[in-house]
Amino acid sequence: MHTFEFIRPADAAAAVTAAAQASTAQQGADVRFVAGGTTLLDLMKLNVETPARLIDISRLPLATVEATPDGGLKIGATVRNSDLASHPTVRRDYAVLSQAILAGASAQLRNMATTAGNLLQRTRCMYFRDTAMPCNKREPGTGCPAITGSNRTLAVLGTSENCIATNPSDMNVAMAALEATVHVQGPKGSRAVPIGDFHLLPGRTPQRETVLEPGDLVTHVTLPPPITGSQQVYLKLRDRASYEFALASAAVVITLAGGTVTRARVALGGVGTKPWRSPEAETALVGQMANATNFRKAAEAAMRGARPQTENAFKIELAKRCLTHALHTVAMS
Amino acid sequence: MIEGAVPVTLRINGKEQRLLVDPRTTLLDCVRETLALTGTKKGCDHGQCGACTVHVNGRRVNSCLSLALMHDGEEITTIEGLGTPDALHPMQAAFIARDGYQCGYCTSGQIMSAVALLKEPCGPDDADVKELMSGNICRCGAYPNIVAAIQQVRRNA
Repeated sequence: MHTFEFIRPADAAAAVTAAAQASTAQQGADVRFVAGGTTLLDLMKLNVETPARLIDISRLPLATVEATPDGGLKIGATVRNSDLASHPTVRRDYAVLSQAILAGASAQLRNMATTAGNLLQRTRCMYFRDTAMPCNKREPGTGCPAITGSNRTLAVLGTSENCIATNPSDMNVAMAALEATVHVQGPKGSRAVPIGDFHLLPGRTPQRETVLEPGDLVTHVTLPPPITGSQQVYLKLRDRASYEFALASAAVVITLAGGTVTRARVALGGVGTKPWRSPEAETALVGQMANATNFRKAAEAAMRGARPQTENAFKIELAKRCLTHALHTVAMS
Repeated sequence: MIEGAVPVTLRINGKEQRLLVDPRTTLLDCVRETLALTGTKKGCDHGQCGACTVHVNGRRVNSCLSLALMHDGEEITTIEGLGTPDALHPMQAAFIARDGYQCGYCTSGQIMSAVALLKEPCGPDDADVKELMSGNICRCGAYPNIVAAIQQVRRNA
């Protein structure tokens, strides 16, 4: 591991000022915020991340979960994933979020990992994690050996000829289905970014994963007021029963009236280069009877744009069945 | 003195330790190398195996993925702080009674996880315990006896 300067700022403004000196907030950043450290320390040991300065934000007052005036929820950037998953309001009103967090990582990691850290979780693509290999995300222009190499776990949605890395987070998928908003404090002030706009598709710049600029500090995430009468579920399919990343997952927030779908929010994990909200599935569901035929149609719609790689064509059918089963689960509950 | 070393104060197993560490020092390496508390084990060093599990302020964490500097002033418990050979923690005694290990390398991490689990929301079934213990890998495959040991302690609690 390269050495670094360790800084503990007095407040969020000082953290922003210190980080604003960075050349980038994306891959290759010379300044990084650290709170849980579960992704960053891992990647620093691999020399995938080599920051010269670490800014410890774990003691800033960003670790609370509070109701918002509009009836929604404000989740601090450094709330530990385990605390968020077990929060009574989250369990009651945003069950899909609690389920998604508990489907990820291990109890130890959930005790460390934070809201903002999970939002910024890096891909598990083995080429990204191995500095002996080319990788357009880690070293732009060097190529993507995953496209012709080992890509069984990688993405089928949102890929480009430069990168097919999967966003590994479970939490992000639930946040997408719940239409969360990411709040950022930066050198030019504060701004709110809908989660659908927060993560970027790889395109020609896979090294850019989010809209964050130098000095930008995620301070909290807000959720809109809960949807009265909605059914929610997170279903995760993976190679082992626990402590494994998703091959395919689905977050569903759906409202039914008299057997008809009146509102649907659907997001997929494990198959996309970013947390994959599916307006196609939502459109296919709304106004339709909640039955197996229509659930399958929605799943077909969700995966219509999927492009398989050499080893992961199975994910397309797996994701369809995952979403179909998730919809079936909530419709029967 | 190590060049670039920075001061940190940790409370390890109830005792205050004023240390100078390289900023890169993980909590795991600090415990093992700086303080010679070698009960905590280094397995993968990437948060994937759980051998390094310790408690920070009563909660279990992977000490390999945490910098010692980030725990200034915090309470750290390692396996050495749990019990003694003459006065075992009930979980340690249960692991012996139920034969919850073979080679023993993962055992301190298993026990630290299991003790923390007692205070976490966990359902009553073996499957619930397995799910919450999935962050601790045992390559000998002692899982059934590990689960039995934990369930024994939970029943007697």
